[in-house]
Amino acid sequence: MTALVSARGVSKSFAGVEVLRDVDLDLAAGEVHALLGENGAGKSTFARIVAGVHRPTSGTIALGGAPVDIASPVIAQSLGITLIHQEPISFPDLSVAENLVLGRSAGGPLARVPWAAMTRDARRLMDVLGVRIDVTRPMRGLSIADQQMVEIARALASDARLIIMDEPTASLTPNEVATLFTIARRLRDEGRAIVFISHRLEEVRDLCDRVTIFRDGARVETAAIGALSDAEIIRRMIGRPHQDYMHKTGVAIGGVALKITGLTRRGAFADISFDVRHGEIVGMGGLVGAGRTDVARAIFGVEPADSGTIEIDGKPATIREPSDAIALGLAFVPEDRAVAGIFRSLSVEANITAAVPGKIAPRGFIRRAVEKTLAADAVKRLRIRLASVRQPIGELSGGNQQKAILARWLMTDPSVLILDEPTRGIDIGVKAEFYDMIGDLAAQGRAILLISSELPELLALCDRVLVMSEGRLTADIPRSEATQERIMSAAVPASAGAAA
Amino acid sequence: MIGALLARREVGLIVMIALVALVVGLIEPRFLTAETLRIVTLAIPLILVAAMGQMMVILARHVDLSIGAILGFAAIVAGMIFRDMPQLPTIVGVLAAIACGAVLGLANGLVVTTFNLPSIIVTLGTLSLYRGLVFLVSGSRQVDPQFIPRGLISMSQTSPIFGIPWIVLIAFAIALATWAFLGYTRTGRQIYAIGSNPVAAPLRSIRVTPVTLFVFTLSGALAGVAGVMYAARFGYVNPGITGVGFEFIVIAAVVVGGVSINGGVGSVLGVTLGVIFLGMVNVALPILGVSAFWQSAIYGAVILLALVVDRTVRIRGAAALTLSRGTA
Repeated sequence: MTALVSARGVSKSFAGVEVLRDVDLDLAAGEVHALLGENGAGKSTFARIVAGVHRPTSGTIALGGAPVDIASPVIAQSLGITLIHQEPISFPDLSVAENLVLGRSAGGPLARVPWAAMTRDARRLMDVLGVRIDVTRPMRGLSIADQQMVEIARALASDARLIIMDEPTASLTPNEVATLFTIARRLRDEGRAIVFISHRLEEVRDLCDRVTIFRDGARVETAAIGALSDAEIIRRMIGRPHQDYMHKTGVAIGGVALKITGLTRRGAFADISFDVRHGEIVGMGGLVGAGRTDVARAIFGVEPADSGTIEIDGKPATIREPSDAIALGLAFVPEDRAVAGIFRSLSVEANITAAVPGKIAPRGFIRRAVEKTLAADAVKRLRIRLASVRQPIGELSGGNQQKAILARWLMTDPSVLILDEPTRGIDIGVKAEFYDMIGDLAAQGRAILLISSELPELLALCDRVLVMSEGRLTADIPRSEATQERIMSAAVPASAGAAA
Repeated sequence: MIGALLARREVGLIVMIALVALVVGLIEPRFLTAETLRIVTLAIPLILVAAMGQMMVILARHVDLSIGAILGFAAIVAGMIFRDMPQLPTIVGVLAAIACGAVLGLANGLVVTTFNLPSIIVTLGTLSLYRGLVFLVSGSRQVDPQFIPRGLISMSQTSPIFGIPWIVLIAFAIALATWAFLGYTRTGRQIYAIGSNPVAAPLRSIRVTPVTLFVFTLSGALAGVAGVMYAARFGYVNPGITGVGFEFIVIAAVVVGGVSINGGVGSVLGVTLGVIFLGMVNVALPILGVSAFWQSAIYGAVILLALVVDRTVRIRGAAALTLSRGTA
């Protein structure tokens, strides 16, 4: 096979963190090439570099043998490279036909818009793809699948040679997936190159010719899809050196603190049942988008479930909003602290004491001395490194911000603590401190639900590991039986059919 | 689906216009006379012309609060040229007014695009700034009726056809041109695209900055045209009165006419109907003996009502979208 696109030594750093390291990869015309890897392995970053969304920190990309500088998505498009996003970019108020033409039509600012020809061409493209979409309707309200079809039609209209699909099947029904695959195969047979990013191994086997596996920002292997078994693929995806963390020892597991039965929210997760005991650390693994955060948010009352019951210490609990959950002794450290956790411009002490207004302002007025004492105490206990508790929290490092958020929730003395990706984006040193802290909290008899995408973290810390996939609980693995392979097999959806 | 809703909006406006005419006519038969029709017709052109500019700004997901002050500035410049240089042909004053409007509009656009500031704040600032310029340039002196050229004033009185005054015809000609521009030129469609998804626009090689500058400049120039019309219609220009509060009437008309304040949605026909509707309300209220104080309150209520309707429609659209996705 001759390479249509050749990447050599492509690396990318964001703010000094290397997310892609020295990747060599050839994409051939007439193949469907799968990019596989865990979340954050670098596959999407690579795709975005090829599509001109990001520029590589170093390395070169050649198109048809000639080096090219893909400085922007517009340039990528003019080179015949199209990236189809999981949720396509569109102009919701404009018609489908206009969305197809926009950015490709020639002429000056006052050039006439050829409505009739535009509509005719758009209809022809839809016919070529064999999809039935009224091209005169606005994009708003089209299903994701139809929006993707419009994007593919755009790619065809600009005669794209390389079409990159970034997790296109994530929100499609099985029928829609089948249609997409039929079209993808036809495009391949016409001699175009297709890059297919997906977590679903069965789909990859069904559609793709070759597969490239990414891990920790580097390319691990490229092979014909038939040359690797599922187990071999999974092993390559996760096969990083195992890191040992200390597991808490000698902690007595008490009674059931949190019991979830049949929790369901339409479109997010269904029939989730599990329990967490006092002194127990229960991990929750799965891929991003599997519904883990949704479950946590439902338990905490951020977006309550449609049905199902929550019991706390054996008593049925009604949680309609977070204040109910807090009153019942629950605490939730959310995944994205920048969005859901911190008040960036407020001081560290205000952030730490935000969950206990009653303690610092018993009569509605804040007692600054109490606030300061409480905060200073927490800072000492959690070893938060800062200049002053009066400093805006936004000035702290990620790890220390995360500690401050944890400190906030410990103020409420919760009996059940839900941690959603608590160590994401923090340094390895601070991580270890965090692990110790989580162990200590369990030792104090608190029940801990730890959501994490880092397998070593789950294996090291947890007494049990629950795994979610596509909104359902697919495994409940005791510590003695938990392995990376077992968690990963339960996390990777068997097929698109499971999504329906 | 949205197209049907928009159509309903326009149909709804026609119904509202008919209802106002009927109800007011029943209470006060004087309302249904040719004289009233003439007054309504004359109330429309200033708002319509400025609304065309404002509409383009709002379609691009911006807003221009300074058009009342721009109108005042353009009108005072034209008036002073008429007064202080009577030897010059009228057209010089007219063109100067339009040019002043364009420059002030461009200045708005430059501040918005250069510093990436929200246009609502920028034009709130220039609203005061430009009004200040009106006082400075004029020395706070009114341009009295005797200085306004007869030819200009006759524009709002004489008619080439069916007794419809010139300024009304000119306003509708501008609306027609806007309709053709927005619907059938590349730049016109790009204005919709930018307002519909500003983040994606550059990814489709739309040059957002020049288009943004263009809509602000045009909005200013059309406010300048409205300034000349003010002189023609009212026969004087007063620095402290001319154009004050005008922006609110215009924005209300644009939004009532179905232009989404979030950009990307709206039609010239809708805005025209919105202008006619507000023009009728404007004329009907005093005929019904409603005090000026209440008129202002009713304008406010109409803006709020339009926003609520707009939001409801958008939430429904978004809900339909998530619904079709959620089942996947």
